[in-house]
Amino acid sequence: MKCRVCRGPAVIDLPRHNANFCPEHFFQLCRRQVERAIKDFTMLEPGDRVLVAVSGGKDSLALWDLLVELGYEADGLYIGLGIGEYSDESLGYCQRFADERSLSLKVISLRSDLGYDIPTAAAATRRVPCSACGLTKRHLFDSAALEGGYSVVATGHNLDDEAAVLFGNTLRWDIEYLARQLPVLPARPGFPKKVKPLVRLTERETAAWCILRNIDYIVEECPMAAGNRHLGYKAALNAIEDQSPGTKASFYLNFIERMSPILANGDLAEREGLGSCTRCGSPTPSEVCAFCVLVEKSTRHEPVPVEFIARRAGSGGRR
Amino acid sequence: MRVLLRNPRREVEMKGPTPVSALLARLDLNRESHLVIANGVLVPGDAVLNDADVVEIRPVISGG
Repeated sequence: MKCRVCRGPAVIDLPRHNANFCPEHFFQLCRRQVERAIKDFTMLEPGDRVLVAVSGGKDSLALWDLLVELGYEADGLYIGLGIGEYSDESLGYCQRFADERSLSLKVISLRSDLGYDIPTAAAATRRVPCSACGLTKRHLFDSAALEGGYSVVATGHNLDDEAAVLFGNTLRWDIEYLARQLPVLPARPGFPKKVKPLVRLTERETAAWCILRNIDYIVEECPMAAGNRHLGYKAALNAIEDQSPGTKASFYLNFIERMSPILANGDLAEREGLGSCTRCGSPTPSEVCAFCVLVEKSTRHEPVPVEFIARRAGSGGRR
Repeated sequence: MRVLLRNPRREVEMKGPTPVSALLARLDLNRESHLVIANGVLVPGDAVLNDADVVEIRPVISGG
């Protein structure tokens, strides 16, 4: 196979582009896709201070690398979720990435700083682990960004992530979740602006970016996520993509272009009805926000071993 | 050739020469969900793998 651009030896075939690329022109393609997402959805402006949510996985480290390459001022925030060795290893990948590039990485440890971990939160709140994890991360990234003076939180959600969430929400016709599924959430009182610059790149492309850029990342799957619903949706979409390349991109990007504007008004009305949590001040439709309820229950609960929750984990939470 | 698979981590012996795409098909693995690294280098679907190669088939799907 030859690179579509320079006719040199290709290292990756991308059926959805009906093309193959050498490393140099694959990098160019990825940069252009990210720049286009940032421009099309007005994600970032010159002078923005960006807080990148990093996990040690391929997507968040590729995102951090791409944003720095594109000239943005971007610091990382890692949240230690207390998922045994998996969390220890994940932090190691983030720390090495930051150290090698002299980037700033902030670290929050759930167990040390807040008195709980994700396995315990899942047991204490009877949530599936991915739901407890998502709630925790959203709250802490929001508050860290506001406290740290960052104008934007950037997350590594890629095209596969967004297509899978869209697929799940569509199967349930969950209008509330569909209305919120945007690549940019503007800043509002109590919420920083949130952006997903990788929505035009697939997981295969972000993984290839890391391999070709010599970025070490954690390849092993989170033990809490094994068998979750999200993975099932991705497998179904990839089975279709294999037969019909480009399906995931058209499914998600056409939804954003054609359906999101229709759904937007309902979501605004719902958000404008939010009050403030009496404990932490975060926006919430209740007296006490879901995060503070989770913290209260989890810190009262005996610590739960990872293995106990990993065994019973079978389905994921919605985003 | 020695082929490393992940999640869960395991090794299998496969016969070469074989194109990458054929190896994935023989192992019933979706190309959209995997990348193939031969002797430390990323390789495309038509690259031919030989018995002496050390191959990693890396899953790219994550569940978070």
